[in-house]
Amino acid sequence: MTAQSAHNLVADSLGSPAAAPAAARSPDAQVIAFNPPRAPLGERVWISAQGWFAAIVPPILVLLALLFIWELAFSDPKSSLPPPSKVWQDSKDLIVDPFFVNGPQDIGLGLRVMTSLQRVIMGFGLAAIVGVLLGALVGQSVWAMRGLDPIFQVLRTVPPLAWLPISLAAFRDANPSAIFVIFITAIWPIIINTAVGIRNIPQDYRNVAAVLRLNHLEFFWRIMIPAAAPYIFTGLRIGIGLSWLAIVAAEMLTGGVGIGFFIWDAWNSSRLSDIVVALVYIGVVGFVLDRIVAGIGHLATRGTQAT
Amino acid sequence: MLPFLKVEQVNKSFARGAATTEVLRNINLTISRGEYVSIIGHSGCGKSTLLNLIAGLAKITTGGIILDNREVNEPGPDRAVVFQNHSLLPWLTTYQNVKLAVDKVFSQSKSRSERHTWTMHNLELVQMVHAKDKLPAEISGGMKQRVGIARALAMEPKVLLLDEPFGALDALTRAHLQDSVMQIHARLGNTVIMITHDVDEAVLLSDRIVMMTNGPSATIGEVLDVPLPRPRKRLELSSDPTYLRSREAVMRFLYERHRAPSLQAA
Repeated sequence: MTAQSAHNLVADSLGSPAAAPAAARSPDAQVIAFNPPRAPLGERVWISAQGWFAAIVPPILVLLALLFIWELAFSDPKSSLPPPSKVWQDSKDLIVDPFFVNGPQDIGLGLRVMTSLQRVIMGFGLAAIVGVLLGALVGQSVWAMRGLDPIFQVLRTVPPLAWLPISLAAFRDANPSAIFVIFITAIWPIIINTAVGIRNIPQDYRNVAAVLRLNHLEFFWRIMIPAAAPYIFTGLRIGIGLSWLAIVAAEMLTGGVGIGFFIWDAWNSSRLSDIVVALVYIGVVGFVLDRIVAGIGHLATRGTQAT
Repeated sequence: MLPFLKVEQVNKSFARGAATTEVLRNINLTISRGEYVSIIGHSGCGKSTLLNLIAGLAKITTGGIILDNREVNEPGPDRAVVFQNHSLLPWLTTYQNVKLAVDKVFSQSKSRSERHTWTMHNLELVQMVHAKDKLPAEISGGMKQRVGIARALAMEPKVLLLDEPFGALDALTRAHLQDSVMQIHARLGNTVIMITHDVDEAVLLSDRIVMMTNGPSATIGEVLDVPLPRPRKRLELSSDPTYLRSREAVMRFLYERHRAPSLQAA
């Protein structure tokens, strides 16, 4: 297109200044959707199947190899730990049915995990809400940061279990104490990451908010939270990981029906196979929790990467 | 015409610790309603600072700015800014970006459906309706700047502030967008203040060109009237004697009398 014709095009759309707004769009500047060619269905299925295959086969092979080595290493009947075959024999009920109920203390590991998860969700949920609010305060206000940051930096190094006796003393009950331990464990990375995210909000966005005269609440919801979302979700992911670490340890000490207490109980009654199964449960649940938070974060932060 | 925007005896200095740097000294400027005024100067001369003062994004050290009989001392939608790097919120679609401004500015005075219509009207004005559901990351730089202009226009500002709006665009896109801005100015009759460092752009678009001396302590060196009739056509102007004279006057100011500090040293 020559400069002259481009100019005419603009002049056309300029038209009469009083024209209806629709006339502002020149008729010859039509937008045609671009549909990239797609491979046939069969080919696409085959390609995605190859992807799955490449992702799943190597870990399964490695797992089988590890189980094999483990079996060989502990096959001696006098060995201190059970081999996989003995774990299967001893704890078949736990592995096959996660949700059986044979009595108040004889229930499936799935149900125990549920109990632990309830505590984690309570404690972590509280930590997420309080952590994001405190993080926003610390990120936004220089004075809040000066006052609170040193305290946070000291408190966050306290190991989760060190909080347990004092929370037992305060709440006089195992369940709220365990929830508090989760809360106090998970909150620090959430606060710190939120604060960093909010400190890194580009000045441009603040200028936009200033020109629009957004009030504090609007600024919090429309600008702060979306702009800091990638940082916030990093904090939440670290937080959920720490929560899951802490709940198992806390339940060992507080008792009840959680997965942590199950391990302690199994140890006291020398059911080593049950412990092995419980460890696998804990690992898988921790992995799933991490994936869930990461997935939510991925969905929630779509498009937040500025260009 | 009555003075619409008045910048009087404005000084601006930044304090960093014990040291203060004077950026702007003795700025006086009067702008009428509907005028298109460009501010041109070498980089670092404080022209963006002047725009920020008018926008209310920076605090005036001494002096005052009066817009439509009211003193400017904080930012507000009556002085909408089109930022150099578009500053669209990346998590909102183009429609939502404009709608955010419309919802905020007209929360009392327009109904829900009126606000939707007004948002669409402004997207139409910059020819961006086709991309209304796209995120800023999915559209080109020129398109983003169009949406930025739509967002500013949608606030129905008393004065539209353009901070090097075409600076980050390639030459062809820039020309196209300049034409769009001229059309919109002709249609709506906005008062516009534009920061630029492009001489052709300033002469093409402006009624008056404010030329700034070099900083620190920059001030207004000269104000040039551009008596070209509107509508202006890019190609016809390239040989127009008035256009060439205006262009030369700005060039003489920038490259003869007030060369960039780095050029003087060379």
